[in-house]
Amino acid sequence: MANQIPLVDYLALGDHPHLTALECASCGARYFDRRNACAGCSGTEFASVVVQNDGIVKAFSIVTFAAPGVPVPFVSAIIDCGGTSVRGNVINCEPSPEVITLGMPVRLATYVLGTDDNGVEAIGFGFEPAN
Amino acid sequence: MSDDIWILGITMTKFGKHPDKDTIDLAAEAAMGALRDGGVTMKDMGLLAAGCLMQSNAGIGQQLQKQIGQTGIPVYNVANACATGATALRTAIMAVKSGEIDMGLAVGVEKLAGAGLLGGGGQPKSDKKEWSPSGRYGAVASTDGRIGAAAMPAVFAQVGMEYGHKYGGTSFELFARIAEKNHAHSTLNPLAAYTKRMTLEEIMNDVMIAYPNTRSMCSANCDGAAAAVVVSGAKLKTLSLEQQRRAIKVKASVLTSDPYEEGCQVLPNVNTLTKNAARIAYEQAGVGPQDLDLVELHDCFATAELVHYDNLGLCEEGGAADFFMSGATWRDGSTPVNVSGGLESKGHPIAATGIANIWEVCHHLRGEAGDRQIEGAKVGLAHVIGLGSACGVHILEKSGL
Repeated sequence: MANQIPLVDYLALGDHPHLTALECASCGARYFDRRNACAGCSGTEFASVVVQNDGIVKAFSIVTFAAPGVPVPFVSAIIDCGGTSVRGNVINCEPSPEVITLGMPVRLATYVLGTDDNGVEAIGFGFEPAN
Repeated sequence: MSDDIWILGITMTKFGKHPDKDTIDLAAEAAMGALRDGGVTMKDMGLLAAGCLMQSNAGIGQQLQKQIGQTGIPVYNVANACATGATALRTAIMAVKSGEIDMGLAVGVEKLAGAGLLGGGGQPKSDKKEWSPSGRYGAVASTDGRIGAAAMPAVFAQVGMEYGHKYGGTSFELFARIAEKNHAHSTLNPLAAYTKRMTLEEIMNDVMIAYPNTRSMCSANCDGAAAAVVVSGAKLKTLSLEQQRRAIKVKASVLTSDPYEEGCQVLPNVNTLTKNAARIAYEQAGVGPQDLDLVELHDCFATAELVHYDNLGLCEEGGAADFFMSGATWRDGSTPVNVSGGLESKGHPIAATGIANIWEVCHHLRGEAGDRQIEGAKVGLAHVIGLGSACGVHILEKSGL
């Protein structure tokens, strides 16, 4: 496990992979990258928090045409993880409108994206159907 | 009122492919057209505001001056995503309103034919031999396609789907029917890039880009330009009766950006800033949505048009699907929307769009829209949104003369 690196630094690996966010101490707004001041309330204190792994699909698009180098099809989605909106792909299911529906319960899942010349695995994340 | 603001002259070029014209040729055609339409020349202009999003560091305004007239006036080169044209116009309006000048010219131009997919890909980042975190998110590989989509068709697909999740009533077919309407409307617009009527089946069976948006539900990348001459009420009074009769009153000119809300940095929120702009515009104009004879709104994708019915207050909150299905937004409905064909068929040369939609409204208010004239049109609204985000709303009224 030591030879793994997350696709992005807000993905925490380990026995229980999860996403982290910086939360504004004043208003609770959450960000996946750094802020000098909160876009919502101008507060300047932030703390790292764990984003819950379970959520529901509140918007999605099945992408069949993308920029060169982006493999298609994939399912782009916005997941409501207990009040925190998260962008991620819906994975581990058929990318079809018969399978993926608005309001569908999903949970965070990780996968190996590739291995580099040093034997380090890059770990990506998505959301898979919870049922 | 002497502090009123008016559109004195306005025009748009044909939208589509212009392989024989460069950006400056198109901008000059539109600018000269607007000056001619207003019965004025560059010598009368106190300011030039110009936008060309894809060449936003090229000094498009100064290049245009060299083509049509270098009079030494201040030039503002503006860039504000898909709201660039509206921002250029509003720059001229603000200058006239301030009293600093009594006439200004705004121009938007874009060469976009064959540009393909916009917004996707991000920084090219090949999956290399050694993972190396970089950028704000410490990403070791490209995130487009791995952490959702960056390209516009999918972003706006999600905007429409989010509306469906919140209020219900949406479906692939419903979104496709919106495109069916706009393609039908475009058959009456000789300046539209595409003027072919398409059946619902043709639209739904077209190449899928990002479900639920097929190709014919996406805005058409094309070349085009539009320009407008803005004049103060006091100056207008000194011009001919014919100029005064054809002048269109700017009842409201509003530009907003997106205020923070949960999730707005994950999926752009195109709703709240549009609602805010509409609310301010209706207050400024002293009219309500029920007073609008026509609306040109930013249908960059069929999924976007739906949410803006609601955002502009054309229907009850949450009622956009029912409102559309009632037929209200067809050209013979109670609130005709995008009788030009909209961005889906008229086309979307980005910086030109925010002036071209105002031209469309003015064209009807002047009673000059020919076969597609909305009879008796007196008040209209034009809306654009640029992702990031910027929203422009203008409310226009026919002259009382």
